[in-house]
Amino acid sequence: MASKLDLDPRVVRSARRLAAKAGQPVVDLARSHTTVSVERAVLRLAGVQGADQDGIPWVNRLVDAVRADVGLGHGVAVPVFHAMRSTGVDDITVLAQKAAAGAVRFDVPSSRSEVAAVKRAAKRATGGGLKIVDRRRAERERLVKRLGDPKQRPWIYLIVATGDIYEDIPQAQAAARAGADVIAVIRSTGQSLLDYVPEGATREGFAGTYATQENFRLMRAALDETSRELGRYVRLTNYASGLCMPEIAALAGMERLDMMLNDSMYGILFRDINPIRTFVDQRFSRQVHARAGIIINTGEDNYLTTADAVEAAHTVTVSQLLNEFFAHEAGLEDWQLGLGHAFEINPELPESFRLELAHALLARELFPDAPLKWMPPTKHMTGDVFRGNLLDGFFNLVGALTGQGILLVGMMTEAVVTPWLSDRDIALQNVRYVLTGAGNLHEDFAPAPGGFIQQRADEVLGEAVDLLAKIVDDSLLTAIAEGTFGIMKRPADRGKGLDGVARHDDDYYNPVTEALEA
Amino acid sequence: MSIVRPYGDTTGDGMVQLSFTLPIPHDKRAEGAAVQLANKMGMDPALLVHARPMGDGFTFFVVYGKVSHLVDTEKVQVVERDYPLLSAKEVNATIKRRLRRRLNVVGACIGTDAHTVGIDAILNLKGIAGEKGLEYYSELSVTNMGAQVSVPDLVETARERKADAVLVSQVVTQRDAHLQNTRAMSAAFREALPAGKRPLLIVGGPRFDELMAGELGVDRIFSRGTTPREVASYLVHALVGSSS
Repeated sequence: MASKLDLDPRVVRSARRLAAKAGQPVVDLARSHTTVSVERAVLRLAGVQGADQDGIPWVNRLVDAVRADVGLGHGVAVPVFHAMRSTGVDDITVLAQKAAAGAVRFDVPSSRSEVAAVKRAAKRATGGGLKIVDRRRAERERLVKRLGDPKQRPWIYLIVATGDIYEDIPQAQAAARAGADVIAVIRSTGQSLLDYVPEGATREGFAGTYATQENFRLMRAALDETSRELGRYVRLTNYASGLCMPEIAALAGMERLDMMLNDSMYGILFRDINPIRTFVDQRFSRQVHARAGIIINTGEDNYLTTADAVEAAHTVTVSQLLNEFFAHEAGLEDWQLGLGHAFEINPELPESFRLELAHALLARELFPDAPLKWMPPTKHMTGDVFRGNLLDGFFNLVGALTGQGILLVGMMTEAVVTPWLSDRDIALQNVRYVLTGAGNLHEDFAPAPGGFIQQRADEVLGEAVDLLAKIVDDSLLTAIAEGTFGIMKRPADRGKGLDGVARHDDDYYNPVTEALEA
Repeated sequence: MSIVRPYGDTTGDGMVQLSFTLPIPHDKRAEGAAVQLANKMGMDPALLVHARPMGDGFTFFVVYGKVSHLVDTEKVQVVERDYPLLSAKEVNATIKRRLRRRLNVVGACIGTDAHTVGIDAILNLKGIAGEKGLEYYSELSVTNMGAQVSVPDLVETARERKADAVLVSQVVTQRDAHLQNTRAMSAAFREALPAGKRPLLIVGGPRFDELMAGELGVDRIFSRGTTPREVASYLVHALVGSSS
């Protein structure tokens, strides 16, 4: 798309430079710490599977056992594979079971040759997991080639959320047949604060379905079937967020999920997860997503549900720039960056639609190669379903006019019920009408030079640059602590999951990070 | 006039609109079934204006029709606001004069509910619809515990902060989670604190029935559309007494 906003390239460059400067200390922090969930992800890639009779995964039991003996600072790979060699157990899940029963003592070998041998073994085992991830990626590429991508942009993204995976499957398949290109299975409320990943196929969740490896596998298999039937590859989305994001990223890679919600700050701001925990988990999970060819979706839309969408428009831009920096640093490419933004301006506000257009175009032009994720109105959906459907239509029109990559279908029953079959059908009709009716209207749509839309975009970008400069001065952690994003104040020494963070010792070793950074 | 009928375009015409889905494929019989349902719901004549197949085996219908039911507005039961609506200034002045200390409010979303939009709208400085939240009131000391707070944590914090009132927001209603959570919360407070020491328990959420306060063991339920000012006025009314 040719430039419509005539943004000053110097301002854009300076915004990116500031984002990198603000983000770098956080990257350094992430590179010098590990978390229980990063270590559990390593073990999952090394082949630990299953859970004990209480449903606590063996990876949790194993990491807890290692941690009790030698702490987390060395990473779990060396103590675990040293124990495998010294006990003669050759199945890592069996080792986890023995460790949980207290039958294994972990330590870090002192002999250099033993350390080298242990690292080789760890590398081989986790390499097996990464090989699965690579195979899944190749499989996706083959399927997309054979079946094809959606014919139109934006891709149509629909949510299912019944709580029961066996109920989700027919709903997801029906949604795909009705035109959805991307299916997101919303997670059960509360999963983000579980410090373990549940196991197996699950049939009960609250306002969503648990993310488990088996649920991933079942849904992907069902959508593969539907993709073949429809002759287009239907993508599957889940959430790599919360306390287990590294593990969920690894499971997503191994089960060929296609997109993952993966925001750098969402867990901090909206789930009160400790900032350091989040940034460490983020970096690892993004490295896995990069390897797996997964498109991440960031969560800037959420800021606007708590803060005012006009006053806080620039915080979205700032977060997008930070998300972009963190994503590139972790190895993700532009086509993998589903940067988020949303249609959340109060519809009572004069010129609200023009402002929405300005904000959406700004995101489009700042990140020309990213498949932006365009999120529908939620905050100003009142329960008046007729008005809601109209708002969603205008939301869809902005999506069509500004070349958004992924369009989350808005529901007129937002704030009323979890979507009914008919709500989804009406919502899809709305999308189809607007996308078909508007067609290539974006070709004709050029905001007046120096007019309202260009001025507003400049204004937001300018405010973003100012805020970034302030973040660089105060540090990002301070900005988060002071409530810069979405109003929530989140100091770095508080929040959930802090006790699962450890600073690297000098001999810290993580074979997965090593392979992903190679 | 206490007896009314729905109004389409003429007084007394009794016209309503209705939409629903039946789990059957779209054909003549399905349309007949839709009309039959509408008839059974009291719509007669029922005019099927739209039918549309959705996927395999489902049909969506829109029906317009005349209902014979009358409603008697005299017999309607609702919770009317039984306290005066005060301005922020009046709230602060009343607390200052009568309580002579700040009034402590602890708020949270309990259970697995992560939707803080309701509690934030009431508590955050930002407020809602141009009305500032309770944090704006100088004589209210507000602790917002945020989302997914466990009941024991809530009780503990309420005790620690010497809460005069506890505000709980519940948005998620799947499997009646909002009702179960509220009952668990009020039971925990009853267990932990003697009657005189217990804070005022208030729950809010879009799907609550305001008449259920007694049944759920709370002092007050606020439903959709409640503003911070209404909550503040209620707090003054219930805890401090009238402003006069």
